[in-house]
Amino acid sequence: MSGSPYASHSEGDTEAMLEAVGVDRVEELFDVPESVRFEGEFGIDAKSEQAALRETKRRLAANDDLTEFLGRGHYEHYVPSLVDSVSQRSEFITSYTQYQPEVTQGFLQVLFEYQSLLVELTGLGVANCSMYDEATALAEAALLAKRVRAADGDRVLVPEYVRDSHVSVLENYTGGSEVTVERYATEAGNVDVDALEAAMAEDVVMVYAENPTTLGTVEEQLHAVGDLADSHDALFCLGSDPVAMSILQRPADVGADVVVGDASVLGMPTSYGTGLGVFATREEFLRQVPGRLVGASEDDSGTRAFTLTLQTREQHIRKERATSNICTNQAWVALRAAIHAAWLGADGLVDLAERMVELPRDLAASLDDVRGVTAPIHDDRHHVREFQARTDQPAPAVADDLEAEGFAVHAVDDHTLQVCVTDANEHAADEFVAAVREVSE
Amino acid sequence: MEHYDQARYGPAGEDTNEPLLSEKDQTTVEVDSSLPDDLTRDEVELPSPEEPELARHYVRLSQQNYGVDSGPYPLGSCTMKYNPRFTEEAAALPDAAVHPDRSEDSLQGTLELLGDLQDYLGRIGGMDAVTLQPPAGAAGEFTGILVAEAYHEANDEGHRDEVIVPDAAHGTNFASAALGGYDVVEIPSGDDGRVDLEALEAALGENTAALMLTNPNTLGLFERDIETIAEMVHDAGGLLYYDGANLNALLGRARPGDMGFDIMHFNVHKTFATPHGGGGPGAGPVGVTDELADFLPDPHVREGDAGDYELYTPEHSVGKVHGFQGNWPVLVKAFAYIDRLGDDGLADASAKAVLNANYLAEQLDYEIPLGPFHHEFVASAGDQDAADVAKRMLDYGVHPPTTKWPELVDEALMTEPTEVETKDNLDDLADAFNAVAAEDDETLESAPNRTTARRIDQTTAARNPRLSWHDLE
Repeated sequence: MSGSPYASHSEGDTEAMLEAVGVDRVEELFDVPESVRFEGEFGIDAKSEQAALRETKRRLAANDDLTEFLGRGHYEHYVPSLVDSVSQRSEFITSYTQYQPEVTQGFLQVLFEYQSLLVELTGLGVANCSMYDEATALAEAALLAKRVRAADGDRVLVPEYVRDSHVSVLENYTGGSEVTVERYATEAGNVDVDALEAAMAEDVVMVYAENPTTLGTVEEQLHAVGDLADSHDALFCLGSDPVAMSILQRPADVGADVVVGDASVLGMPTSYGTGLGVFATREEFLRQVPGRLVGASEDDSGTRAFTLTLQTREQHIRKERATSNICTNQAWVALRAAIHAAWLGADGLVDLAERMVELPRDLAASLDDVRGVTAPIHDDRHHVREFQARTDQPAPAVADDLEAEGFAVHAVDDHTLQVCVTDANEHAADEFVAAVREVSE
Repeated sequence: MEHYDQARYGPAGEDTNEPLLSEKDQTTVEVDSSLPDDLTRDEVELPSPEEPELARHYVRLSQQNYGVDSGPYPLGSCTMKYNPRFTEEAAALPDAAVHPDRSEDSLQGTLELLGDLQDYLGRIGGMDAVTLQPPAGAAGEFTGILVAEAYHEANDEGHRDEVIVPDAAHGTNFASAALGGYDVVEIPSGDDGRVDLEALEAALGENTAALMLTNPNTLGLFERDIETIAEMVHDAGGLLYYDGANLNALLGRARPGDMGFDIMHFNVHKTFATPHGGGGPGAGPVGVTDELADFLPDPHVREGDAGDYELYTPEHSVGKVHGFQGNWPVLVKAFAYIDRLGDDGLADASAKAVLNANYLAEQLDYEIPLGPFHHEFVASAGDQDAADVAKRMLDYGVHPPTTKWPELVDEALMTEPTEVETKDNLDDLADAFNAVAAEDDETLESAPNRTTARRIDQTTAARNPRLSWHDLE
């Protein structure tokens, strides 16, 4: 085989085209100085489709087949087959951003429905049609806070339980705006309100908290966080996800000004951290929102139609004064999440969320019966999907031993494991407990 | 020519659009949880249709959407080429569905694939090290800016606070530099559509951190003075950044690393055919020279001495630019595409992309002021309004080019047919352009007429924002 299998020009056509253009060889069309011409090879052999697929399979087959009890920001729920089947339709997956809305009404409507889902779940007036992931959404929230706050300020406060990776992204995004990120103390898996109050000052532009937290706990101090932020003219940014939000306190009701999170808990299998950044905020900040927004309008015949709107916020128009540099986002992941949410419906979503409260409760109780294990560590708290457990033996060694038994868990410090259980792995919960018993006793 | 006719489900003028889910059903569920009442919300109201109705909903919506598989999509600077379906199968392999916090030992397959993709991209771009973490092209630009900043700081040159960007550059270049805290210095292009060396000289100085450049530029023109430009930027102590949006023009002909670029990003949905998915996800891998490799994001993949793969933190890493490791399924698709095409296929893709653009240009009645161009060209709609031209082209069943940008060309029609179109398709596309070119303003202004939606009122959408079904009640 030679040439691209996806650029099939017959020899006759190629010759006719070259003649029309007025050159003998296609190489004459490259206006590249001799001195920078590449004369070497990449050294990549062309393959048949079958062989290329086999090569990818061969590599990935080296991954161990483990049952994952992993969470901490990336979760799996069963994804209904409808999601794959519909999202793989060519018209959706091979389309570009909806710069010509008259021929992209279908995708625009799905994104409008996705935004609507988040507006319902957050209680906030505006949701955009995606950021990359929770970490970058959090970073964009801090930048929005810096822009909209009336008084000068440069501090963003985040709780201790936030993943280091998220803080690193936040610091990178806000570094150019002279914002400093500080962590505030937490107590028993929740915000330490006294510590937060002590950290608050007039130069704080945003306070962040999560519900559920990265530790898996339900955050019980949201009203207090919201009040503290409000009384210091700081924005309250809440991290959550669409499953948890369907039963936990409604963000708008606890004073959240921005909601970020990862909506890829819907519509995606575990995908090595691929996200779907939620970004919702109050209507008053609409013109400072980063990323794309889909709005309803009318066409010339008076029929309702959808379009990307308020684009003057965006980089292709506003350049260095845009609200964000984001262009390509996670639209197709949003489409998948929207289909999954619709498939679940209100009942299904609430039922799924309630199971996510019950499953860790049951699994923690079973693990607590294992000698050498105490679970959950935050036993005064409620949990969603996951919890932490204390091990008498070094946690990294326990995690290694469990891996040998076919299970993956987080070892978060010397004697702490974190265990995540959802509808995707609960079938293996009994075997998991047996394995923990085997390696701990 | 009727490639694509998005008929409504009834006579034009009647509101026969697919209803919103919320108009089909709204179900209110009171939350009755085992959690204490003060930790839960009262209720949730969402559409809850059954699966058969949902399947029809989304299929109908898909029928109101135009993709590459629907017909030609010559959107300039977006490289909307065909997305081979087998890469979808590759990304959906059960072995690919893994959690990012898995141990390195248990993820040797994933790490090997990532390591190999880093290697492939390094060879294609002429770069020494490549990070795969940035989740899109703009995120790649921002990563490059972070790397440049860290590099200058490590050399006690932290005072450099300016990034130079040519006026014809993508909007993301300006926005990414600004996000990094840099002052953006915009330089005008010369009359030939390329970097004006005098303007560049005037802009360069002791505060220059970097020059961001697209090559071929957004007009499809190769920056012939690239070696001089690289020398000028480096002499001033700055770094040269390559925006990879137009790399599809150069595969196997020239490499950014050989031209003197220090940092580059790849747009895998453009060059390496991963589907754009109606806006994303993408991936924006960033390649750098040896000198900058220690600044790349954390973690990085490398092959260990024993032939195993590991993650490590580069010595002066800028940290993270994504919560985890970026858009993994997209990276799998890009790997599979590159692996399938190999040297010959990649070089041929560029050859055909350039041939197609030149052939199509030859057939058009619109003037194309600047050349010689490569994979794309910018025609001028002349006395016509380029946005109206685009709307009218929809009536001819094809997707129009990018319009009104770059502003260097009046009423710009930025056209990139990509390598996938056959001569027949290009002839049809040219017929559509030329038919519109011969029409009067009235016809153009009243277009489109054969699409799902007629011309959409943008002003009302922005003045009276209705952004969710709650706003429609």
